[in-house]
Order: sequence, then C-alpha cells, then structure tokens
Amino acid sequence: MSKLELINIHKSFGERKVCSGINLTVNDGEMVCLIGASGSGKSTLLRCMNLLEEIDEGEILLNGEDISLPGLDPQQIRQQIGIVFQSYNLFPHMNALENVMLAPRRTHKRSKDELRPEIEELFKRFGLADRMLNYPDQLSGGQQQRVAVIRALAMKPKIMLFDEITSALDPELVAEVLDVLRQLHREGMTMVLATHEMSFAKELADKVCFLDAGEILEEGPPEAIFSNPKQTRTQAFLKSVL
Amino acid sequence: MLTIRQAHAKRVKQRSITIAVISTIAAIALVYFLVPLAPGWPAVKKSFFNAEIFIKTFPTLLDAFMLDVMIFLWCAPLIAILGLIIALCRDVRSPALYPLRLFGAIYTDVLRGIPVVLIVYLIGFGVPGLGLSRPWNSPYIWGSLALILTYSAYVAEIFRSGIESVHSSQRAAAESLGLSPSDTMRFVVLPQAIRRVVPANMNMFIALQKDVALLSFIGPVEVLRQAGVYKSLYANFTPYVAAAVIFLIITIPATRFADHLMSKQQRERS
Repeated sequence: MSKLELINIHKSFGERKVCSGINLTVNDGEMVCLIGASGSGKSTLLRCMNLLEEIDEGEILLNGEDISLPGLDPQQIRQQIGIVFQSYNLFPHMNALENVMLAPRRTHKRSKDELRPEIEELFKRFGLADRMLNYPDQLSGGQQQRVAVIRALAMKPKIMLFDEITSALDPELVAEVLDVLRQLHREGMTMVLATHEMSFAKELADKVCFLDAGEILEEGPPEAIFSNPKQTRTQAFLKSVL
Repeated sequence: MLTIRQAHAKRVKQRSITIAVISTIAAIALVYFLVPLAPGWPAVKKSFFNAEIFIKTFPTLLDAFMLDVMIFLWCAPLIAILGLIIALCRDVRSPALYPLRLFGAIYTDVLRGIPVVLIVYLIGFGVPGLGLSRPWNSPYIWGSLALILTYSAYVAEIFRSGIESVHSSQRAAAESLGLSPSDTMRFVVLPQAIRRVVPANMNMFIALQKDVALLSFIGPVEVLRQAGVYKSLYANFTPYVAAAVIFLIITIPATRFADHLMSKQQRERS
C-alpha cells in the first residue's frame, strides 16, 4: 500500500517560481502522468517528491507521513521513492550489474552473493539477463535506460518517478522502455511520470495532469483530458503536440 | 594500381616528409657549424663537454641518482594520499565541517604560492633547528616533508578539478538511490575523477622527480650535489651535463608517456 499526496507545494529558484500551490494525490497502484510544455515545472515537481529539491512550502505525504519535514533523513526517504532520469545517469565505470547492486549493498548492508539471485531475476524480468556484465557504453540508449529502471527497482521502492525517460532516446528505442513501464503498471507499481508520450499517457494513465507555469491547470482521466479539455491552455498545448 | 586521388595523396605525403627531413638536417648542420665559430667555444667544450670526465664521473653520478629515485619513491605515494585528503577537505559541504574547507583553501593557496626551494630551506633548516635528536633531525625527513607539502597542494588542486568535472547528474543519481554523501563520493565520484586526472598527475610527478634535486641544498648527497663535488674536484662542469643526461633518461620517456595518455583521453572524450 503506497499513497503519495502533495499538498500546496511551492518552490522557487531565486525569483523564478516553478511550483505555485500544487495539489496532487497518487493512489496505490496508480499511474499518474504529468504533461505540459518544457519549463512548466514537471521535472522540478518530481525532484521535489524524492527530496532532490527542497520545497519552500507545503506537505509531501507518503502513506500519511510528511516526508518533507526538515530534519528527516533524506537517504531513508529516497530509498522508498525511486527516480529515473531522462539522461539515464548510469555510473560509467561500473557494469550494469554493479550499477544495480551498489545502492542495495551499501544501504541495506547486504552482500553481493546474497543480492545476486534477486538482481539477476530483475534483469531477467526486463529482458536484459545477457547484458548484466556490459558497461554502459556497450549498451544502447534503450538498454541503458532499462538498466536505470532496474537500478531504481532494486531498492524496492514504494513509488517510482520517471522524468521524461524516453526523451533522449532514438525513436526506435522508445518502445522497449515504454514496455517496461507497461509491465510495471501491470505489476501494480505506483508511478508518476513526466512525459511527452501522449499516446502512451492516453493508453495507460489513470490520471493525467496538465501543468502550466507551475500549476496543475487541469487534471482528470485521460479520456477527459485528451478528448475534452476544458481549459484553453490545455487545448492549445494538446493541439501543438498531437 | 593507385587511383589518381591516391597517387596524388601519396605524392603530397612524400613531399612533406622530404621537406621535413631536409629542413631538420639543415637546422642541425647550422648549429653544428656555427656554434664552434663562437670565440669562447673551445673553452666551453673543454669545461662542459669533456668526454674523459664524463665517462669517469657517470657511474658514481648514476649511483647518487638512485638516492633521488628513493626519495621520489617514498614521497610520491604520500603526496597522492595527502593531495586526495586536501581535495576532499575542499569539497565538504556540511557547515559543521567548514573549518576543513577553509583549511584546504589556505593550504593550497599558501603552499602553491611559495617557491619550492624556499620551503625546502625553511623546513629543512628550520625544523631540525628545534634541537631534535637523531634520527629526527635528518634532512631526508624534513626535505621530503617540504616536497610532500608543496606537491600535495598542486596534486590536491588536480584532484579537485577532477572531482568537479564529474557531472552533477552523477551525484544526483547516486543520492536519489539513497546513497550517503560519503558513499556517493567514494563509489561514484572519486573513481571517475581519479581516472580523469591521471595524465595531469603524471606531469606533476615528473616535475617532482626533478625537484628532488633541490634537497641537495640542505645536505643529502644526491646526484646534483655529487655533480657539484666533482665539479670542484676536476674544476670542470661536465659532471653537471652528465647529471642532466641522467635526469633526461628518466623524464623524457615519462613525459612522452604522460602526453600519450593525455591525447588518448582526449580522443576518447571527443
């Protein structure tokens, strides 16, 4: 059971306001898609959710507990909320297996031998069993991104955040990464995605939120947002991307 | 059969090789014939390029150079370790550890700002002056310390530039997995940083190998001081030339190797 609630989130970088009063609820097993133009605050919002950015005001409740309170151990919280970035950010000096094992080894104090079977299982689940010993520069972009997903999953997070994870990929590699998301959704993972893949959002999202200038301008089930947007800004945005 | 383009490319290449060879020979010939025309040449030749003295002093100088190598060998690892520690001091972000950061900054500023030879004098003569007993008054210890302090300041800056060259997204990725800041540094940032600055550090260590000779000013009879002894003995400067040759035997291959690493790295990055 994992539920994430954002209540009245505010965040500025200096003078620039990036989130102004965002409210969002992500229920257990839901896939929530954040859409909007670049600079609308999607990435920042995700980075706030796992405390890579500190919020200025508001509450972030993970299963009812406010994880944004100052003084809490951010490491503990980040272990429960995984994030995957647009640029994969694999560690280039480690092979795929080492990339995945590093965090569980160090933070859960578990040995390599103990971890190995379950990590291998993860690689198998996402069709990368034969790539475990490759270094990032020997993998395609799509494979690297899948390893990045596995790396985050190895921490057994309650929630997964995805920050435009297909935006840096060549078009023919997007599908394999989206398949991973589909699989996770089927398995009941609670997820929040910032994405430009509108057809994917339409197909799978439980809820779509349109962000504009740091606010959620409109939210609802994908059918409503995509076929019958109420706000003119949403209409304009969808028209420009569809 | 060569195509027209290949034949042309071959001609152009051959021509540039020919020109390079001819101009090099001309330059050497010019030096070879012009320098002896200088009025002082016979005297210089006798006092700097005396074959007999060269042969007589070379083996002992080579022995003395082994001392330089020894000093280098015990200084180099200590410099690498201390340099890394100072670089890490300069990277700490927690406010409680600000004094470490300040210390790192002052350390590198001060020690890079003073000529090496001055540090060697100050520490090499100053510390034993405290009246320490043997073996703690040895110029080997304090001379080495002077080199270690100076070079670790430079090496620290090289490490720091390496640490800063690792993209912030790597730190973000590590932290987002729940790794602690020290684990992030140890397993993610440092391995990448150290690899990147190997060529730059090689150049520092080549410079160190030469600067070991500065210890001759405070006592140890290493190659430079031994050459000085022979100079006085034979009233001839050839031993200095011999010492220079000995340094070159080590430093030229090392420099070439560092350059090779550097250009290899540049190729990989582009």
